[in-house]
Amino acid sequence: MSTRQPGAARGGKLRAPLLFAAMAALIAIEAATTGWNGALVIVNMGLISAILALGVNMQWGYAGLFNTGVVGFIALGGLGPVLVSMKPTPGAFSAGGWGILIAFAIALVTIMAAVWLNRHLTRMKGLAILAVLIAGFFLYRAVFDPAVAAIQAINPASAGYLGGLGLPTLLSWPVGALLAAGAAWVVGKTALGLRSDYLAVATLGIGEIIVAVLKNEEWLDRGVLNVTGIPRPWPVPYEVDLQADPGFLERVAAFGLDPVTTSTITVKLLYGALFAAVLLVLIWALQLALNSPWGRMMRAIRDNEVAAEAMGKNVTGRHLQIFILGCAVIGLAGAMMISLDGQMTPSSYNPLRYTFLIWVMVIVGGSGNNWGSVLGGMLIWFVWIKAEVWGPQIMHVVTATLADGPLKQHLVDSAPHMRLVMMGLILLLVLRFSPRGLLPEK
Amino acid sequence: MDILNALVAILNYVVVPATAYGAQLALGALGVTLIYGILRFSNFAHGDTMAFGTAITILITWALQAAGIGFGPLPTALLALPFGIAATALLVLGTDKIVYSYYRKVRAAPVVLTMVSVGVMFVMNGLTRVLIGVDEIKFADGARFLISAQEFKKATGLAEPLAIRSTQAITVVTAALVVAALFWFLAKTRTGKSMRAFSDNEDLALLSGINPSRVVAMTWIIAAALATIAGTLYGLDKSFKAFNYFQLLLPVFAAAIVGGLGNPLGAIAGGFIIAYSEVAVTYAWKKVAIYLIPGFQSDSLLQLLSTEYKFAVSFTILIIVLLFKPTGLFKGKSV
Repeated sequence: MSTRQPGAARGGKLRAPLLFAAMAALIAIEAATTGWNGALVIVNMGLISAILALGVNMQWGYAGLFNTGVVGFIALGGLGPVLVSMKPTPGAFSAGGWGILIAFAIALVTIMAAVWLNRHLTRMKGLAILAVLIAGFFLYRAVFDPAVAAIQAINPASAGYLGGLGLPTLLSWPVGALLAAGAAWVVGKTALGLRSDYLAVATLGIGEIIVAVLKNEEWLDRGVLNVTGIPRPWPVPYEVDLQADPGFLERVAAFGLDPVTTSTITVKLLYGALFAAVLLVLIWALQLALNSPWGRMMRAIRDNEVAAEAMGKNVTGRHLQIFILGCAVIGLAGAMMISLDGQMTPSSYNPLRYTFLIWVMVIVGGSGNNWGSVLGGMLIWFVWIKAEVWGPQIMHVVTATLADGPLKQHLVDSAPHMRLVMMGLILLLVLRFSPRGLLPEK
Repeated sequence: MDILNALVAILNYVVVPATAYGAQLALGALGVTLIYGILRFSNFAHGDTMAFGTAITILITWALQAAGIGFGPLPTALLALPFGIAATALLVLGTDKIVYSYYRKVRAAPVVLTMVSVGVMFVMNGLTRVLIGVDEIKFADGARFLISAQEFKKATGLAEPLAIRSTQAITVVTAALVVAALFWFLAKTRTGKSMRAFSDNEDLALLSGINPSRVVAMTWIIAAALATIAGTLYGLDKSFKAFNYFQLLLPVFAAAIVGGLGNPLGAIAGGFIIAYSEVAVTYAWKKVAIYLIPGFQSDSLLQLLSTEYKFAVSFTILIIVLLFKPTGLFKGKSV
């Protein structure tokens, strides 16, 4: 951000196309060596990573906001497909749905009452607010707990949760974005306008809490029991259906291909096309926004908050806006990821993988540049996946001269962790020697 | 008698564990706050510095145990601690030389330094995992209890037990000694005074001839010592797991901010505030209520939040303090 360097990056106008071509070549090599199935898995997750990086880039690259709770917003976005596209659990809503809604209403009224007291009381303010909060909390638990118990008692082995609405999966993506945006509003409202480090620590907290909620609230998403069988988005078919479809088999036979492999590749290609379409729409909208008066204002605020404020710009308001928008994009990607996986596993949300790795993508790609984020997302995801394979291979070579023993075994076993060291080194090297990233902001 | 029983239950399940946990958090928060006050950035690698220091201490502990060297009733890890501190100090000094010093020279914005500390965090996290793996490790040895539940019950005739584990007592004593030494160092010694001057006003300190590289090096060494001690005490008290130490980052930062970033006294107060609230909110109060309220009957455990949500407690306190007193309870004045 503030580390602007004079002069354009080497390569000029051709730099971006060349780097993207190199990325495509990497994928092609991967496909040639391990097959298209593996390569497409990397591409699809790479596209989602690119969207995640776009969201973080909006916050960091446009506005200089340090969000360390990305993992929480991804997880919250992932709740979208669970709540929207899963079939409702029969009887769950009538058993406890109203109770939970009433409990939430109680919580909301309590918080609003506390805020109102805070604004209108002068004497005994602290005591009154505390009393209202404690009373509200006990009332909330009194309504909430029996409702949850009722829902979780319904067929706990396979359901035990509210289920979704049974609506199309595509609809769940914007819902995921909205969920993340709502949480972002709460955090942003409290932590923005204070020093930048405070936002970092506050988002670190909200990230942990959202993941903890998803792990423990079984009525919502079955917690660590995981929700499986989340429907695929239109138009992606299931492999078994394709293999049973005579039309598909005929076409495959005409080209002389293997039906099983072709069906898996078809599914992955359709996913990829869907993700690419979302990515392109996002990039188009973001580029328009960035080159509009609004985008110029955001950059002015980022580069000199004091001057922008003196010009009459509402710095905190704009920060809140971009923070919410960025989190919505992150939530969207989180929802897409769940649709791709077909299951929600709350215990898999690890902050190193889902927060700080995204940061590496943004910094390496070039903060402030949307295409840079896309490149960074694809490239770092590729390296992250491959590093898991390379680590042990390198370690085998390194330890080849060592005698077999506990030390060698330990080194070989711990080699997969080397990719964390590698990501850290990449981040440090880029920050030190090329702080503007692969595709610098103009 | 019932009131005494209730008091003992509160002591046993809230006060004793929260005091030990608070002391661990306070030591961690002191490190964060020192780095913030003198180097002027939030060090996200602090949790992993704690993990690294503890990992080295555990490795040395194992070596000592294998050599048959013990520390009597005290855990062997205390003997290994100086080695852990030395190794961690070397690591952070090396990191400072290779990584951070450049950003000080170009006077980078604090948020850039914070970002750099994320890179350092990745490397340290990976190093720790390669060193010692990801599994849970218990390395406490020596005497188990200072006061055991049975002895206490026999001596007092109360129904409620009170147990103080030796690791809890060691934590509190060590933390008190370390904090006393740190405050003495900051208040009385020449280097300590120059560190405070540097934190108050860097330019003025430089003008009056304070050697900045000495101050920076000293800060890193003290931070490494605090992190290793905090991490080892936490590991002795509970257990060592690399990922748990990364997660400690949130309560440690919350403690430092609640007390006022840059204020050592505030870091200690913040550590205890966070620890006591966390334990009190996640404790099931049913037992105490039965003693205190005659004829009390309830199916519920009277637990405000389940222990999985303990992070929510640090977070809520953090948010409340940020809303009403953004500089922290102790006025985030510098060291």
